[in-house]
Parts: sequence; structure tokens; C-alpha cells
Amino acid sequence: MQKVYIAGVGQVPVGEHWDKSLTNLSTAAVRSALKEAGNPQPDIVYIGNFLASSLSHQANLGALVCDEAGLRGVEGTTVEAGEASGAAALHMGYLAVRSGLVDCVVVVGVEKMTDMVGTEVQSAAVESGDTDFEGMQGLTYSGIAGLLMQRYLDQYRAPRDSFAGFPITAHNNGVNNPFAMYQKALDLEGYKKAPVVCEPLSLYDVPTYADGAAAVILVSQKLLKDKNKAVMISASEIATDTLAVHDRADPLAFEAVRISTENALQKAGLTRDCLDLFECWDTPSIYGMLSLEAGGFAERGQGWRTAAPENMALTGRLPIATLGGIKAHGLVPGAAGIYQVVDAVTQLRGKAGKNQIKSAQVAMTQAISGAAASAITHILRTA
Amino acid sequence: MEIPRHWRLQKQRLALVGEVCPHCHAKIFPARDVCPECGGEAKTAFKFSGKGEVYSFTTLHSVPAGFEENAPYTVALVKLEEGPIITAQLTDVGEKEVKIGMPVEMVTRRIRQDGDERGMLIYGYKFRPVMG
Repeated sequence: MQKVYIAGVGQVPVGEHWDKSLTNLSTAAVRSALKEAGNPQPDIVYIGNFLASSLSHQANLGALVCDEAGLRGVEGTTVEAGEASGAAALHMGYLAVRSGLVDCVVVVGVEKMTDMVGTEVQSAAVESGDTDFEGMQGLTYSGIAGLLMQRYLDQYRAPRDSFAGFPITAHNNGVNNPFAMYQKALDLEGYKKAPVVCEPLSLYDVPTYADGAAAVILVSQKLLKDKNKAVMISASEIATDTLAVHDRADPLAFEAVRISTENALQKAGLTRDCLDLFECWDTPSIYGMLSLEAGGFAERGQGWRTAAPENMALTGRLPIATLGGIKAHGLVPGAAGIYQVVDAVTQLRGKAGKNQIKSAQVAMTQAISGAAASAITHILRTA
Repeated sequence: MEIPRHWRLQKQRLALVGEVCPHCHAKIFPARDVCPECGGEAKTAFKFSGKGEVYSFTTLHSVPAGFEENAPYTVALVKLEEGPIITAQLTDVGEKEVKIGMPVEMVTRRIRQDGDERGMLIYGYKFRPVMG
């Protein structure tokens, strides 16, 4: 099996791009990533996308995205895993290069959220849960998180403010990232004052949907031109759980997160102490909390003691959301998993500016779909 | 319109019919083809009592299309007395404060309205606080 390197990254700023189409976004990300990688000829393009069929009435993105990006004729298909679609596409790209079958894969995550608004967006987005038995009861993506946070608060007697560490860390780190939708710091007072959107979740506990696209270029050693800039993928692991939260013996146990984290660490031959940063799924904030616990970074029911802002800040024991995370970026479902990887690569290259983690060498990224029905973990290292 | 889909689910929605595994006797809701407990084939219908308690709950203000008329509303995870947890809206709560552990029972209510006046009205289970 050959090693897999990320030779180039590209991203467009997350936001409400009323004037841009799905392919305006994907093309910009793909071309900038290819340029950074020295314009290799791609063998395959994997596209992470969740909602184009529902929100843009557009399927068959393999042909569309390749053609628009100037890659007509190249193999291209969509990979879908709810909000973790981008990370799932990266996994497919990893398998293709790792197997030795191909030497260059473009992975692009793209989502166009603002072609519809309001209740239609909520209806589409809850498709990452169980439509017949969750969606049909009027739940939303954030509503499912509300059920879990309410239970967590009751079962573990956790203080309500203990979830503040996730959005505070994300927003403070997003200040210096021009690709994040929100570049404004947040403090505990601001967190406490926010209106409730989905009891007990308030505004800072839930993501904001937005448009965006991010891409990475995977190459084998054969095509690697600049080893100083390259990052190696040491592990890529997907695990699944029940789709509906109510089907789980313990709804507060994110089993998919536990399994994919353990498998990824084992494949990379690393322990949790080796990680210099963790781009976790930081919003809804309860998902950040349950991810830390399931991933073994905190004891069950004790995550709220670990998740203090000082522990998760850039200088903390386990930095998260180092360039704004999903909370400050805005949630671009099909692309979130790739934005996480782009941020991790930026750190490992030492190019994170004011947000640089000192001598960062190992990063873990983790995308989850729905309430962690799927969890996709990647471990990246300096090459 | 999705008529076949809603027709297919009517026994589950209107009568809370799930399954009991013929191999390990686990109670299953919603029905599945494979028992999640023992991996055997599940196919024996079982009607749940509709009694349970609130396992967790949340109140939604921003809701999906078709649910606007009832917003804001509370959705709960309800632990049925036979074991499984299901997701359902709470109704007839009035001034009562919803709490984890609150006893609830199933009732049939309209749960969604599809679009215009020609759209489907979908009925199904909701849960209300046990009276008395």
C-alpha cells in the first residue's frame, strides 16, 4: 500500500453567497487546490455533498462538478454521509490512492444552502436523521441535539454554562480566519445572553448553515513535489451507529465516535497524548461534549469539567476549532469535513499565523453526521 | 405527496404496532427486518401499550415545512414501558411543566400538513401527560 499525501488545499470563504451557484463554489475550491499542488492531472474527483438534490434539485454532481472545473472526462462521483459527506469523500480518495490504483485524487466538499430558506432548509437538513421516525415528528437537526443536551444536563447534573467552552473557543479562534463566516470573539456573558432557539440550546449552541466549498488534492509519493508543504494522512476511519437516536441503548454514548477514534489512533500507531490539535465537531455544543467523552478525551459524564475554554484554547491541553471550527465558520454540510482538514493542514504547515499551535505535528479531524450516526476520523501528520 | 410511504407506516403511526423478536423476545419499535438485539429475523407483530415516561425533551421554534401550525411545540424521547424509546411530540400539556420522568400516554393527533388545501393530512402518535 502506498502512502497518501495532501499536496494542496483550496477553500472559498464560508458565507451566504447569493450570487454564486453550487459549481461556482466547487470550481473555485478545486482550481485553487490544484494550483497549490502544482496542477497534477487528477485520476478521480470525489465530491462530498449532502443536500444538492433537495435544495438545488440537482443530482449527478460527478459530471457537473468535473465539467465546470475544467476536468471533463475525469472519473467523478458524489459521496454522501449527511453533514460528514466531505470527510466521507476524503475517505474514498484515501482508499483510492492508498490502494495503489491511482496517484492523484481531487476531493471537494460543496454545499449550496441558501437557494432555499426557512422551513424548507430545516426539512432538508433533518434528512441526516431518520425521516420516518424523527423528521416526521417535527424534529430538526438542532432539535435532536436539544433532546441530548436536556438529558445530559439532567443525568450528569452539569451546569448549563459548561457548554460555553465550545462556542467561546471557536469564535475566539475564528477572529483571525478570513474564511470563517463569523470573525468576532465571544465571552461567557455573550453566551449567557443569547436567545434560546431550541430549548435548552441557545443561539451559540447551534450551527448556522452557510454556503461554501473546500478541496484537497491527494497524491502518492510518486507525484509529491514539495515535501515541506505536504501533509500525510496516517488514518482514515468511518464508523456507524443507529440512524435514530431513540434506537440507541444509551443515547448519550456516541458509539460511532468511540469506534472511529479508537480505530484511527490504532491505525496511526498513536495515543491521544500525541495529538497537537483536534478539529472536533464542535457544534451543536452538546455534540462537542459527547465527542470528547466518546473519543476518550474525557470521562463519561465528566466532559463538562474538561471542556473549559482554557483547556481547549490554542495554548490548552487539547486545542480544538483552531481556526474557528464549525461554529465560527458556519456549517457547510457537504464541505465541513474538508474545511476541518484544510485548517489542520494549515496548522501542520505552520501557516496558521496568530492561531499557530507551536510545533504542531499531529492533528486529528472528526466529522459526524446527524447525531453521530456516522463518525469519520482522520489523522494527519507532517510529512 | 408520498402516499405509499405514509400508507405503509399507518399501523406503526396509528396503533403503535412494532415487533417482538421470535428468537430473543426483545420488543422492537419501529419494526425492523433484523432484531437489533440478537441478529435473528424479526417479523412477529406486537402492539405496544402506549404508556411510558419522558426520557428527554426539547422545544422547537424554528420548524420544518408542514409543522408550522403547531410551532412552538415540544418533542420528547419517550421510554415506553415495554423498553424501547421513541421520538414523539407532546400534546395537551397545558400549564404543566414538562419534566424528565413524567408519565405520558399515546394519543392520535394530526402531525403534519402537506402544503396547500389539496395536501395530505398525516395523523399519528403524540404523547400527553397521564391524567389524574
